[in-house]
Amino acid sequence: MEKKKLKQHAINREWCKGCGICVEFCPKKVIELDRKEKVIVVYPEKCIACKLCELRCPDLAIEIETE
Amino acid sequence: MAVKDYIRERFLPHIWCPGCGHGTVMSGLIRAVEQLGINKNDMVMVSGIGCSARISGYLDFHTLHTIHGRALAFATGVKLSKPDLNCIVPMGDGDALAIGGNHFIHAARRNIDITAIVMNNRIYGMTGGQFSPLSGIGVNATTAPYLNIDNAFDVVKLAKAAGATFVARTTTYHAKQITDLIMQAITHKGFSVVEILSQCPTHFGRKNKEGSAVDMMKRYREITTPIGSKKKKENPDLIERGIFVQENNPEYCIEYDKIIKKAMKG
Amino acid sequence: MNKNTKFIQGNEACVEGALYAGLDFFAGYPITPSTEIAEHLAKRLPEKGGKFIQMEDEIASLCAIIGASLTGHKVMTATSGPGFSLMQEALSYAVMTEIPCVIVDVQRGGPSTGIPTHGSQGDVNQARWGTHGDHAIIALTASNHQDIFEVTVNAFNLAETYRTPVILLFDEITGHMREPLTIPEKGKLELVQRLRTSVKQGVDYHPYLPREDGRLPMSDFGDVHRYNVTGLVHDMWGFPSSEPKAAYELLRHLVDKIENRANKIAMFKEYHMEDAECVLISYGASARSSLHVVEDRRIRGERLGLIELQTLWPFPSDIIREKCADSKYVMVVEQNMGQILHEVKLSVDRPDRVFLANRIDGVFITPLDIMNILRLIQGKGV
Repeated sequence: MEKKKLKQHAINREWCKGCGICVEFCPKKVIELDRKEKVIVVYPEKCIACKLCELRCPDLAIEIETE
Repeated sequence: MAVKDYIRERFLPHIWCPGCGHGTVMSGLIRAVEQLGINKNDMVMVSGIGCSARISGYLDFHTLHTIHGRALAFATGVKLSKPDLNCIVPMGDGDALAIGGNHFIHAARRNIDITAIVMNNRIYGMTGGQFSPLSGIGVNATTAPYLNIDNAFDVVKLAKAAGATFVARTTTYHAKQITDLIMQAITHKGFSVVEILSQCPTHFGRKNKEGSAVDMMKRYREITTPIGSKKKKENPDLIERGIFVQENNPEYCIEYDKIIKKAMKG
Repeated sequence: MNKNTKFIQGNEACVEGALYAGLDFFAGYPITPSTEIAEHLAKRLPEKGGKFIQMEDEIASLCAIIGASLTGHKVMTATSGPGFSLMQEALSYAVMTEIPCVIVDVQRGGPSTGIPTHGSQGDVNQARWGTHGDHAIIALTASNHQDIFEVTVNAFNLAETYRTPVILLFDEITGHMREPLTIPEKGKLELVQRLRTSVKQGVDYHPYLPREDGRLPMSDFGDVHRYNVTGLVHDMWGFPSSEPKAAYELLRHLVDKIENRANKIAMFKEYHMEDAECVLISYGASARSSLHVVEDRRIRGERLGLIELQTLWPFPSDIIREKCADSKYVMVVEQNMGQILHEVKLSVDRPDRVFLANRIDGVFITPLDIMNILRLIQGKGV
């Protein structure tokens, strides 16, 4: 299967509750929590679009959009 | 992926605590329905009472939020009266196996085509952290201040013994498996049970020193293993993940249609 | 004998009435003295393409029929006292969520397991107040098989009209007694069908917004409108709300839609009421002995009349007050310790003139029992 390439992380800050699950389990450490304890993308170029953050996010707050 | 097409957006953010596993289960469930391509008008979700039961309010299906423990009884009426509908019942510990235990074993015994998703967090969350029939011995809970002496049910063994024809287990750490198992459970013709270990960091984690939601999910990774793995042989205490039962036995609604044919012939 | 006439038990008359009304889904659990209803429907429903299911208990039975009502079916369950107690939880759910359904309670002697094979009318107040929270309820009863049939048809009609559970309070005596029933030709009795919304797909549908006439059009589960049903206080879309205004308006609606129509919902029969000095008020099996007394005493010139109630709840207070206005005595005849007596006393202008003739030992109250008490009231001794 052809690997999908990241277009962008669509993050819904209103829904994010800052649990840190996505940050902890991101295999490439692409995302972090900011000072308001909301998820932000720090190293988008490292993202392999594995979607583990999206699948595990309990708040439905991350969507990986691919090209 | 259009998760948003399946939710009632105006009710989000949801009521669950930060890090609660139930949101991950809901997400996995939506993906399962989406990948199966089921029309939302053909989906009925029947839930009981508790944190888990709130899923029904968020999903854009026909939704029936009922009474504690009785969801499977309501769902039986929905399904038998209109078998073309897909019936999903999300359940918490109490809904499934305390107050609802009788309905659970009888729905399994009938092998009616309903998908029960047991979100096992080993605690009563909505009422503030009392022990459940899935807590097990030694658990600290507000109603077990000297630690719990009640044995826990094994959901998989119980469902199997009661006659469920599809029985599976996974955890919120194994998010891809949630979607995969729910897809198979919905497709399966008969009573399906998917147990998903789902962390309650607020009431279980804190009281039982299991740390944050992240720590609890890491623990799921450590204490579980695929069915029949080498690791299981080495460490029998590990909890197995995967499909335990997948049988084709007569399904209740199909069998009832045969009764109608027989009765109509006179 | 008419080919539509059958010599059957009252429980079977109820089955015939339900089928005539269009029942197509029944869930139940066996319990004396109502079991024959389940047995007959297990055979009859699949013959017409309907469905019968024996659930694991009475709780599940009522829950299952509520589920089946939501997919657009006419539904019923049947039980007796202990099972009716178990149903109270789901009963208020059906009240709150406004689901049309019919619940038959063939009353036995109580409390608890009581006397399963003997009659009583001890569940009258349970039907009214057995479940929790303020609410209104419709409960009907009948004294003979023809009336059981018609009252059962009416129960389905009221359930659909008002989107509400309707309770049929029969008793062991009429339930097990055999007498003729003539089933009316199709079309002879009016049938109320489910009122479905005319709102098209894509247009906002409000399952809990009453029309001007008070009725709430429904949409079947599986149809184009996906909405929420909850036992929590909810808004017009069926979604939970904790707004005081929403709570107030919902509760008022649930009570007013029935209580404000008490006179319309009231079904009763009158015998010799034109000049009655002494009015007997009775219902169910007790009304049979009451009627016997009235007709017997009329022959002897005594001015006795009978009001036989078929609607017990909402209690037809206005009608009772009006009918008893000119009477010297009112005697309530029932097989309990005065459950309707209390309502009659609250309704009439002179509650001190209201007396009770009853039996609570499981034995059917006889005309002689009633006569003895009547003579006492009249100061004639026994």
